[in-house]
Amino acid sequence: MSVTIPEGARVVFGRPELLVDRTSSYCPGCGHGVVHRLIAEVLGDLGLGPRTIAVAPVGCAVFAYDYLGLDFVEAPHGRAPAVATGIRRVRPDAFVLTYQGDGDLAAIGTGEIVHAAARGELLTAVFVNNGIYGMTGGQMAPTTLLGQRSTSSPRGRDAAFHGYPIPMTEMLAVLPGVAYAARGSVADPASIGRTKQYLRRACEVQLEGRGFAIVEVISNCPVGWGMSPLESIERLKEVVALEYRPGVIVDRTREPGASGAPGGATPADGIATLVAER
Amino acid sequence: MTTQQAPAPSDAAQAARPGPRHHGRRVLMKGNEAMAEAAIRAGCDAYFGYPITPQAELLEWMARRMPEEGRPFVQAESELGAINMALGAAATGARVLVSSSSPGISLMAEAMSYMAASEVPVVLINVMRGGPGLGSIGPSQSDYFQATKGHGHGDYRVPVLAPASIGEAMALTADAFELAERYRTPVMILTDGILGQAMEPVELTFREPPRVDAPWAVTGAAGRPPRVVRSLHIKPEDLEVHNAHLQAKFAAIADREVRHDGEQLDDADLVIVAYGTAARVARTAIAQAREAGLRAGLFRPITLWPFPSDALRDLAGRVRGMLVVELSAGQMVEDVRLAVEGRVPVAFTGRTGGIVPAPREVVAALRDLETTTAEQPREAAR
Repeated sequence: MSVTIPEGARVVFGRPELLVDRTSSYCPGCGHGVVHRLIAEVLGDLGLGPRTIAVAPVGCAVFAYDYLGLDFVEAPHGRAPAVATGIRRVRPDAFVLTYQGDGDLAAIGTGEIVHAAARGELLTAVFVNNGIYGMTGGQMAPTTLLGQRSTSSPRGRDAAFHGYPIPMTEMLAVLPGVAYAARGSVADPASIGRTKQYLRRACEVQLEGRGFAIVEVISNCPVGWGMSPLESIERLKEVVALEYRPGVIVDRTREPGASGAPGGATPADGIATLVAER
Repeated sequence: MTTQQAPAPSDAAQAARPGPRHHGRRVLMKGNEAMAEAAIRAGCDAYFGYPITPQAELLEWMARRMPEEGRPFVQAESELGAINMALGAAATGARVLVSSSSPGISLMAEAMSYMAASEVPVVLINVMRGGPGLGSIGPSQSDYFQATKGHGHGDYRVPVLAPASIGEAMALTADAFELAERYRTPVMILTDGILGQAMEPVELTFREPPRVDAPWAVTGAAGRPPRVVRSLHIKPEDLEVHNAHLQAKFAAIADREVRHDGEQLDDADLVIVAYGTAARVARTAIAQAREAGLRAGLFRPITLWPFPSDALRDLAGRVRGMLVVELSAGQMVEDVRLAVEGRVPVAFTGRTGGIVPAPREVVAALRDLETTTAEQPREAAR
């Protein structure tokens, strides 16, 4: 699709080259589209499109490969970090990106994400947390908040009955292999702008060979939450962001000795650093 | 915590180190180590594994040798991790090996289905142990159903190669990579705790299959449209088309890649059908039976899928009875019965739990078969 730009005019907003021009399968108001766009922008800005191998999850975002113009491998449910590890080890020149939702990363794939992070694999992990299983119809996820209703917690999540939500990124951040961990949000333009900065930094961390980098993005699921898009954005700001607080959670790239591939910080360095912090 | 020195490699390990002077030399090697070295010499680009008995020596060999070759070795967090690392690496066009033993293969079943569906070539070695469950660490063949008819969900097949000696296991390791890449499919080498852990003299001959183009592999979409290695075809009509493509491929493999071997079949009245370690026991039993006057021979499937049904059906017309010997409660025997379509009686003997049947048990079963089939003239079976 080409557009003729009149003389004297300049483009201030356009579709990023890596974002494919096609109708999305995501529901109206869904946050995945925003995250896709941010990824397309950041990879485009860094010129990484041609060397990126991305890994798609199981869940709504399995279709990421329909919207991002990148080479993709579709992983079994939860296994994206293991699949990405295999890619990373045989393709040292590739830029490797994983994209997972909260059911994929924090429930069925807990083992894979923890160990990829512990190994300090040079991966950039994008973790979209909307607190619900969207694709299967809105069931409770490991990140579903206490009191939140879902089709499998119809009277609301009760700690005594369902257990507690998992602050996954904080958990991962204690691992010395994690060079960078941040949490962004799609709630408003300001948080979207900050999320883009986190994503960019998480990509640079991989390029610098610092270790594992993860950006969690808290997002809305209007259909799964039973809300209008606007109501869901309000809830994201007023409720979710208070439990899963946006910001940089750990940045070990500023610490001495944090370098080297594929482990980022050597285990000895990392453990020493962690002990010193306590 | 004490620091432990890694154990010094055995003489065989030393002898099997790379170097032209060792090529063709005869050494004593464990099957697990021999298959590992054969994979390295076959050009294996990456290995992913998880410790489990009785295949741990394979992982340990790779832990030492792959870094020497400058190639990736990862000890994964689980068999799920290992097989999915393999999926990712192979999706980029790399030549990849994974190994495990029975309980670990069950965990890999999920990814086997995905790899068959998304046509990712990976070689997987199963050094079988006694099952079900955690079972035992003794040798077994009780994963035949799983290997030939199962692992994961969905309509798919995976070539299964069954060596009966360590030398053959080495040759089949190279062949497995070739099959995997030619047909874009996972390939399983099905062996057991005896072949994995016993030592026997092997000739150090290796083969590196030529590389084939992989115009499907993900390498970064530089200068070409993006590629996706996927198994999701959300529209039923699309999935049916994909399944038809896969089935045509399986039919081609079944047509071209059947392998089997025979011993002393020319004058045989009674035929033992056995693979792997069971075939080794059968060979001894046949020698003893022949000394006792029974005319017995051996039919040994080398590919368990595709199963050599046609060859067995032909053979059924020439013999009085068949005895299937397995280290299981009777699994391959079902395929033998399907193949011969009732032309001859098919008896079974086997041991389970990690126990290898003794040759005399097999001879006794041959005698029983001789007795029950004695009244039938050979022609009656046709």
